[in-house]
Amino acid sequence: MQIVVNEEFFQVEAGVSLFELRDCQKPNADLVIVNGYPVDEDQKLKDGDRVVLLCHGEQPTATDLEALMRARHTPGVHEKIKNSCVGIAGVGGLGSNIAVALARVGVGKLVVADFDLVEPSNLNRQHYFIDQIGLPKVLALRDLIARINPFVELKAIHEKITSVNLPTYFSGVDVMVEAFDVVAQKTMLVSHFLSNFPQIPLVAASGMAGYEPANSITTRKAAENLYICGDAVTAVEPGQGLLAPRVGIAAHHQANAVLRLLLGEEP
Amino acid sequence: MRLSVNGQNRESPELINILELLETLELNPERVVVELNRDILTADRYADTRLRDGDTLELIQFVGGG
Repeated sequence: MQIVVNEEFFQVEAGVSLFELRDCQKPNADLVIVNGYPVDEDQKLKDGDRVVLLCHGEQPTATDLEALMRARHTPGVHEKIKNSCVGIAGVGGLGSNIAVALARVGVGKLVVADFDLVEPSNLNRQHYFIDQIGLPKVLALRDLIARINPFVELKAIHEKITSVNLPTYFSGVDVMVEAFDVVAQKTMLVSHFLSNFPQIPLVAASGMAGYEPANSITTRKAAENLYICGDAVTAVEPGQGLLAPRVGIAAHHQANAVLRLLLGEEP
Repeated sequence: MRLSVNGQNRESPELINILELLETLELNPERVVVELNRDILTADRYADTRLRDGDTLELIQFVGGG
């Protein structure tokens, strides 16, 4: 019968047990995952089983790392999103957090665009670090995501997105994300993207300033292929700034809406 | 003529364009995305897109922050 061990196909004789396989392939493995679940007790192997053998604390090889990360993804989810591509316009408070969530879950390709540099004032909510101040945000994000999930392909566009260049950069995405700060940029991106690509779903955000209750932030369908996350009301204005918790909540509403769309579900 | 705006019926003068409708409703075009009969329009088309009896519009307002 045929099984998969650390992402490689293996022929084994019927009746071989899991721990016999481990002792033969990787005797020092102290973490044994079968079909996505860690296993403590020996068992007979079945045709088609996917086995991952790992050592705690050991820096894994690229193959082992992919096997381990894959083993932690929900079965059926990883295969679908691994080959998908998500565009993110703006990687500030929303976009940086969305990109990190989508990288962690294993979206195969991200196209991120932002003209801005990391500044001290960003650190109250954006997914950057002090030692990245002065770097283009898209490059800072590429470095971070390489440390989180090196199997994500990230295309970084350090440029201001306009109605003219938008169709070129984002034509191949499966789902588009609007993650800008300035309202006129939000409406420009949404209207031009959906005019150019009415068949591609777009997840936007509106209303996440201040510290109103978390549960006032929702995901709603606003038009054909347009989904909006936020409370639709709380604008950033003097006396009502952008704070990490609600920006993060809206960002993760967006990330979850993207994931659901990639999996064929209504957000 | 009669329009449907965000799910509500609304009487409107003939020959009005989208820009004029937004002005009537006191909506800033920079803060709104307009869907006309299930098509999203870009802002450069607002002034030359005349509305017709029975048109269905969604005027989706955005606020800043991100």
